[in-house]
Amino acid sequence: MRLTEHPILNFEKIRKREVTIYFEGQPIKAYEGETIAMALHAAGIRTLQHSINKHRPRGLFCAIGKCSSCLMKVNGIPNVRTCITLVEDGMQIERQEEKPALPKTTKPPKWKEPQRIEADVVVIGGGPAGMMAAINASEAGARVVLLDENPMLGGQLVKQTHKFFGKREQFAGVRGIKIAEILQEELKKRNVEVFLETSAIMLLQDGEEKLVVGVRKNKELIEFKGKTVVVATGAMERMIPFEGNDLPGVYGAGAIQTLMNTYGVKPGDRVLIVGAGNVGLILAYQLYQAGVKVEAIVEAMPKIGGYFVHAAKVRRLGIPILTRHTILRAEGKEKVERAVVAQLDENWNVIPGTEKVFEVDVIALAVGLRPSIELLHQAGCQIKYVPELGGHVVIRDSRMETTIKGIFVAGDSAGIEEATTAMLEGKIAGIAAALSAGVASPEWLKEIEKAQKELDEFRSGPFGRKVLEGLKKVVIQ
Amino acid sequence: MSEIPRYLREGYLSVEELKRYIGLPSEERLRQRPVAVPECPQEIPCTPCAEICPTNAILMEHPNATPKVDYEKCIGCSLCVQICPGLAFFMIHYVGDKARVTLPHEILPVPNVGEEVVLLNRVGEEVGKGKVVTVVPREKSRGDTPIVTVEVPLELAWDVRAIKVVRE
Repeated sequence: MRLTEHPILNFEKIRKREVTIYFEGQPIKAYEGETIAMALHAAGIRTLQHSINKHRPRGLFCAIGKCSSCLMKVNGIPNVRTCITLVEDGMQIERQEEKPALPKTTKPPKWKEPQRIEADVVVIGGGPAGMMAAINASEAGARVVLLDENPMLGGQLVKQTHKFFGKREQFAGVRGIKIAEILQEELKKRNVEVFLETSAIMLLQDGEEKLVVGVRKNKELIEFKGKTVVVATGAMERMIPFEGNDLPGVYGAGAIQTLMNTYGVKPGDRVLIVGAGNVGLILAYQLYQAGVKVEAIVEAMPKIGGYFVHAAKVRRLGIPILTRHTILRAEGKEKVERAVVAQLDENWNVIPGTEKVFEVDVIALAVGLRPSIELLHQAGCQIKYVPELGGHVVIRDSRMETTIKGIFVAGDSAGIEEATTAMLEGKIAGIAAALSAGVASPEWLKEIEKAQKELDEFRSGPFGRKVLEGLKKVVIQ
Repeated sequence: MSEIPRYLREGYLSVEELKRYIGLPSEERLRQRPVAVPECPQEIPCTPCAEICPTNAILMEHPNATPKVDYEKCIGCSLCVQICPGLAFFMIHYVGDKARVTLPHEILPVPNVGEEVVLLNRVGEEVGKGKVVTVVPREKSRGDTPIVTVEVPLELAWDVRAIKVVRE
């Protein structure tokens, strides 16, 4: 179930050396550079674990290390996030049953002084916001280090095969995957030190400075000490309640993009998409490009929430969009076999007798995101619930500084928007962090103002209204 | 609450809505040379079409405005069709009893010049067959999007908005 031909992507070029991993003793072909969960999926293995109490099958959901549905036993070690752990030749992978225990035969690693990395600005997250923060902080004169828990830079850009909107100087007309490459080049040029497969597990105040504790490849402890920190940890896919929503084959929309656009793995044969926002619409188009049948997009709202042009693009390929419809349940024994949807009345109640059954093996949830703020929360930044921005977000000023001096935020972790605004926020946060670290000259304030103006302009249309309402509640002067 | 436009409930523009929101070029203009028509009725923050147009035929008062094409100024160069991130620009040209429709095509396979292809309308229904007259491949497209010009019966000029390449 690997994709070969694709109108936008060239997987032959992406795939590296072939290796063999073992799933419950059975050899499976995989490619270096891909994650365990992707290789298993390509081999048709969708059930990654069983729930502890009721023994229900569970599969991949977010595919970017943000949920726990892909935890498996790898070389005897339980609870490994297989969606962000790369395959290695000879790896032994097992499903977790019951409560997994640490192996008794292996000894824990001996304590040793962790490696300590010092910088002016530590950036957590290598997506559009984090990369822009790092590039601009470095440009402004700061020593910058960037860490990300994923095996590659780019955040969600690496699966965005569509062209971006906005102005051309903001990369409009350029595909997200290409933007990821461009930003990566810029980072390289500026000698920003990058730590991949490194999870930030703690963010602490250390006197005037900040301490970020990272774990590299699940085993090595690294301490990052910075005068300032930019948190650009992105967001997490939302789940909605319906019967059978835990069956393997119910994925977050982003997981499907990761499967097919980053790793060239076909997510399934027939898909139902829930949500007609930009993510759902773009996903439908990308599935069609990958040769996967999209049965329908259902949307509970009375209208299409994403850009109309994205909707028009999928409609003319014959994909129906059913507004005022919702998913009732996913059916199937070990994995999704069909989806039942129904029409809603004006009070959001299901209209009896309107049920439709779609024979699908994949249900994609594109029902929104919520900001990842765990590290900011832990550090003690002031938090507020702002539905317009996707949930709990941190209070901040117009330069992206939180209520803790020296801790900045950018991108989706500051509030759910999209990649263009994430890049602009990243630029502001990066420069502001360099200024706050005392290494940038005051002329850089002009660049901040310029980016702020561009943000205002981008948000000035009808699509920016909700975000602006939300920002009123969290941005302090 | 304001009325939801039909196109936002359905996901596609009807020809009636196209006339109302976009405004169509005159029959005379359509016969002269290809003309760009933006099927982009909604205010979104996006400007590449106006930025790339070599004759400033695309007017946009602010970055969130909908693009308006000055059909007289348009030279039919197709750059807007190539760059548009929303794949919402098309070109129409009336030639004899046929119409030539230029559209973005980011699907495999990309057809060859002279090939017969299935014509799809705005809801993906097959409405006939047409012949491909020009292809700008991805490598030569300014927006990394292949564009295809297909010859269709004149009466389908305002219906055909996608093609399907069917090969044995």
